[in-house]
Order: sequence, then structure tokens, then C-alpha cells
Amino acid sequence: MTTEGRNIPSPAILFAGIDEPGLHLIEVYRQRGGYEMARKALTQMSPEDVLDELLASGLRGRGGAGFPSGKKISFIPKVAVDKYLVCNADESEPGTFKDRELMQKCPHMLIEGIIIGAYAAGATRSFIYIRGEYSYQADILDAALIEARDAGFIGENILGSGFDLSLVLHRGAGAYICGEETGLLDSLEGKRGNPRLKPPFPANQGLYQGPTVINNVETLATMPHILRMGGEQYAKIGTESSAGTKLVSVSGNVQRPGNYEVELGTPSRELIYDLAGGPPDGREVKLWFPGGSSAPVLTADDLDVPYDFDSLAKAGSMLGSGAIIVVDDSVPVVDVALKLAKFYQHESCGKCTPCREGTRWTVAMLERVDAGTATPMDLDIMASVQEQIIGNCLCVLGDAMAMPIGSMVAKFRQEFEDHIESARERNPYGDAAPEPAPALVQGAVGA
Amino acid sequence: MSTNGAPAGHDAEAGHGHPHGRRGPQVQRFGHGSRVPGWDDAADLSKDPAVIPDRATTPVPAQLRAEIEAHMAKYPDFRSAAIPALAAAQRHHGWCSPEAVAQAACVMHLTPGYLISVASFYDMLETQPVGTHDVYVCTNISCSLCGADELLAALSDEIGDDSETFNLRSFECLGACDIAPMASVDGIYVGPIALDEVGKLVEQVRGGLPPLPNKQLSSRKSTDPGAAHAPVPGAATPEPDHAAVPGAATPSGPTGHGPPMVDDTSGPPAAIEHPPPDVTSSEGGHS
Repeated sequence: MTTEGRNIPSPAILFAGIDEPGLHLIEVYRQRGGYEMARKALTQMSPEDVLDELLASGLRGRGGAGFPSGKKISFIPKVAVDKYLVCNADESEPGTFKDRELMQKCPHMLIEGIIIGAYAAGATRSFIYIRGEYSYQADILDAALIEARDAGFIGENILGSGFDLSLVLHRGAGAYICGEETGLLDSLEGKRGNPRLKPPFPANQGLYQGPTVINNVETLATMPHILRMGGEQYAKIGTESSAGTKLVSVSGNVQRPGNYEVELGTPSRELIYDLAGGPPDGREVKLWFPGGSSAPVLTADDLDVPYDFDSLAKAGSMLGSGAIIVVDDSVPVVDVALKLAKFYQHESCGKCTPCREGTRWTVAMLERVDAGTATPMDLDIMASVQEQIIGNCLCVLGDAMAMPIGSMVAKFRQEFEDHIESARERNPYGDAAPEPAPALVQGAVGA
Repeated sequence: MSTNGAPAGHDAEAGHGHPHGRRGPQVQRFGHGSRVPGWDDAADLSKDPAVIPDRATTPVPAQLRAEIEAHMAKYPDFRSAAIPALAAAQRHHGWCSPEAVAQAACVMHLTPGYLISVASFYDMLETQPVGTHDVYVCTNISCSLCGADELLAALSDEIGDDSETFNLRSFECLGACDIAPMASVDGIYVGPIALDEVGKLVEQVRGGLPPLPNKQLSSRKSTDPGAAHAPVPGAATPEPDHAAVPGAATPSGPTGHGPPMVDDTSGPPAAIEHPPPDVTSSEGGHS
């Protein structure tokens, strides 16, 4: 299949017919074959058969880490205790909005994927942790859950298979760190969303200290399609180590922001220019984030890098959640860095010192750069602070700030120094920079 | 944030006898000499520590109690209901007031301190009184590249000091970068919002009308050209349920499963009532 007017093959697995009227209703979903793969898995396949298909497919996690999904499920021990499957629908990585569209328009695809994933893992209780801000999508999921329960796809002895599965929708209340898998678990347990030390990994001690598999929305939604076409067939799409298609959210300075499903390995240039329309007329790409705001930045020189896990890692960045943010040449890089640093400082849970203090001080240093009270040595200090955060905390929120900011300082050093100089010319008497933003203050107007 | 406790000008470094007085910028201090405001907001040191509120002396509205108990029943561990319980209490009281938290704590059989520690972590749970209508303007990177900071300033000017009606705040990425710059108005995502629509939007919120109906995310179509393609061929059509266990539902058409399908391409799905602009927080939806 090709898209009219373009030479981009249209894989259209997840998004095929996504705007079909009424697709959120179970009747319409079933008319296109919905829930047949869940039926097949539960009544004709063993959990090991399903796991084999997932392993054969080469599916890698679609939430950010890209861990092989079949392998993750295989880590669940075969013990006679309550096991859990948690769907991570927290989607808070800046620039990412793919799960939102999937859940809003085809909630049953996610539910069917949860049934298949839980069956493979041996989980009998499942939860969807959806961010509180997605209240509209959560309402749609609530209704879909009732439909699925009434149709007998959730509950006890599903379709006479002997498999029980409960599914609870849990709404968050606004915290980026609750997208981190162990932060999510703590939040789901009714506490502050502080991440935990790993190991032990959730497969061994997760929700309520039981074996837990946590998967992203898109990962789970892909599972019915893998069963339908067969794992081997799915592995033929994409590249050797990045199988399948990916929903990519493209936003920022582009003419057609939106979610686009592409085969993994598509050149990034096609995503940014052909699908998303490129920057506004007369502007050029200055830098772009390939994997949400937590990814090291790439420049216009990297536009031909294929969009897959390994190519982007080799280019010094990461695919992450599959969210491209484009910044054009009208935007000062210091503004981008400061906006990001404030976000991570706000969202830091506060548990680990390098992150809690490092984010605070990075904001303070960037504000000095902007206020004209910094020197080029501050840039070296800032770069060194980023290095001291990476790898030294329980989770990677600190790294998520340090990597993009470190890459911006390294790749746009001259612009930072010019910014310091021109800011100093505007503020020659060096009036004191504002106090560092206090931690844990809730967002207020202008904050 | 208010400063409590510390007398104006109190400074631990004053009075050390430096001949030229203090040098450098004056460090702002808050309660108990802390540099960071709000640490002691949750703790009223004139009272005894709060214990689990006694059912006999803590009146809880019946509907709130029912909502919270329904949430608690969903989970293997009832404490998982902390966020839903606080969200429900916030809907009833407008914010997570000491009374609201005490009521939730009473039903959940936890201490108010435990629930406040949870409420203070999450952005959507308000630990200070706020206006009736939530207007969260995303000011994260993608929206900011499309003029979100200017949008926030324009909304702030238009709303003025009407903080009773409006809870206007900048917010982190709301997951709607395709309609940047955008806002979540009582849970309804609207965007892209042009600066000359700000006046209209504010009036609509004041009047309890749907915000910018032609700009709501709920009716936005996919921009992916691949979405126009039909589902991949080879998708099986549903087989008749020969092996159905009695009780397992067999689909016979739309009639048995909710309201009839409506071919509605332009509005919210027919099966759910779209949450009306509510007087309290949008978080949590229906029980």
C-alpha cells in the first residue's frame, strides 16, 4: 500500500481506519475482527504459544526503553501467587501523544492486547494507569471496559477457557514521574510516586510486591496484530533489530503536527518533512529531539538517520517514546534548555540528591546565562553537573534532563557563549539573578 | 505562598557582628527560617498530631462516602484508592481542604497526614483553594514553540483578578502537542487557540458554555494519511460462537450492548455523556 502522492509505504497496522465512526464501540470493533485474537489465544493457544509469537515478532517496548517485550514477559516467575499486568498509559513524556489517540479512538484494541499479554504472563489482575489529565480518554475507556465485561471478555472463566482476568482503570493526578515504571507502581499503591531501586525488578517484586509486567499502551495494542499476522510475519516489517511499525508523534515547529505510523527504519527526514510538512516556510531545522524531550538533541546533519532504535542510538540519541520535537532556527537554544530544565526540576520527585539538587542548580545556572550574570565557566560547571547526575540516581529522570541539556551545551556551545555576552551587555551591572525556583511548588500562573 | 511564623526581616546571619553588615543579596526566609516556602503548611504546630478521624465525629456526605468506598473495593489493597478518594473529595469541596482530607481519611481509615503527603505530590490535587473552572495551559516545549507562553499571558490579562471563577495555571505537557498551543478547560482539550479567541474562550467558560466547540480535540481527525486505509486485509470476521459457554455473551448486533450506534463523526462518542463543564476539578470523571 502506498500513500497517495508520496512514495512512503503506508504500513497502517495500528492506525488503519482509526477514524472509523463508532470504532470505540465494541460492535464496530468486532465487525473488523476485534477480539478474535483474544478468543484464539485463550481457547486455542497455550500461554507459551502466545509468548512464542511475541518473542518471534521481535516486538520492543513502545514506551521509551525499547526492551524486548516477549523477553520481559518471560521474566515473570511461574509461581502460584497473584500476578499483575499493568498498562502504562501515563504518557507524560513531552512531545508524546500517540497513546492518547489510540485509547480515544480504539480503546478495545488496548483491552484486547491486555487480555493477550496477561494470558501470556499468567497475570490474573490487570490495571490501566492512565494520566489524570486524559479524563476524556479515561471516560471512553471506562465505557469500553463495561462493554468488554458485558461481552464476557473480562471476568472469570473468559470464553470458557478457565482464564480469569480482572481489569481496573486507575486515573493518575498529574505527575511525570508516574510514567516511570516503579514510580507508577508506588503511585498505584496509593503513595507518592517515588521510583524504587532496581533490582529487584517488577517481574519479581512489583505491584504489591508481586510479579508484575508493565507495558506501554502501544506495545499492548500491537499484540492482537502480532497474533493475527503471526510473529514471524511481523518481524519482517521494519529492520532486523527494530521490528514492526511505530506510532511517532511529531510536534514543535512543523506544519502538520500529529501522530504518524511508520515502518521502523524510515528515514527521519521523511517523518519530519514529508509527513509533518517540515518547519514553516523560510525556516530551517536547528535541532530536533528524536525521542521526546528526554533524548539528546540531533541537528540538521542527522536528518537522514533511519528512525529505529539502533540507528538513533548510534547517532548519539535514542528513539525513546517515539516523539519528534522540531526546533527551528528562530528559537534561541538557551530558551529551549531553560524550558526543559524547569520541567525536569518541577517533576523531580526529590528522592535522590543528584537529581533534586542538579535540576535546581541547572535551572539556576541557565537563568544566570539568560540574566547576563554568567561566565563561560558556568557552562563547564553545568556540563559537569549533567555528567554527575547520569547513572547516579534510582531512576532516569535526572538523566532525562542531563542528556538533552548536555548535548545542547556541547553542540551549541558558541550560541550559549554568545547568549551570555549579549545578556551581559543588556545587564552590565550584574543585578542579582533570581533565587533558584523553590522545589515542590505547584505550578502557578507564570511559574 | 504565604510566610508563616517568621517575623519580617528575621535572618540567621544577622547579628554576627560583621563590621560592614551583611553582604550580598538578602536571602528570603519563610517559616522556621526555611529558605523554601510551604514546608510547614501541612503541620499546624499549635495542634496535636492528627489521628485517623473518628467516624462518630467526622460527618461525611453520603455520596462522597459511597464514591470512596466504591473505589476502595476495586483494588486488592484499599490504599490504592488514595488518589481517586482525594479527587472525589476535591470535587465535593472544590479543593483538598483540611475538611475534605479529613473526610477522605475518615472513610479510608488513614491519617490526614498520609493523604496530604499524597495530595501535595500531584499537580491536579489542589492543596490551596482555587477557582471553580480549571484552565490548564500547557507551557511545555512543543506548545511553547507555538506561542503557549504568549497565550498564557493573554488569558491571564483577560481573566484579570477573577480567581474565584478561574483556576488558570501553566501546566506541563498535556499530551496534545498536535493542537499546540492548547489548554485543558475543565478536562476538555481545546486548541490551537489563537490569541484573538482568548476573549471568546473566557466568556464561554464564564457562561458555562462548551469551550471553542470547533477547536476541541475530541473531534479532530488523524493527520496520518495511512489512517484513511481500511484495516489490514486478513482480519478474520467474527465466527459464530459454537463453543460458547452459557452466559458468555454472543454478539447479535448492537441492540444488547448499550445505546444504538450513532454515526457521529463530528462530536464526542454517543455511548458516553461528555462530561459537562463541571463546577469542580475535572480529574476523576465519574465514580
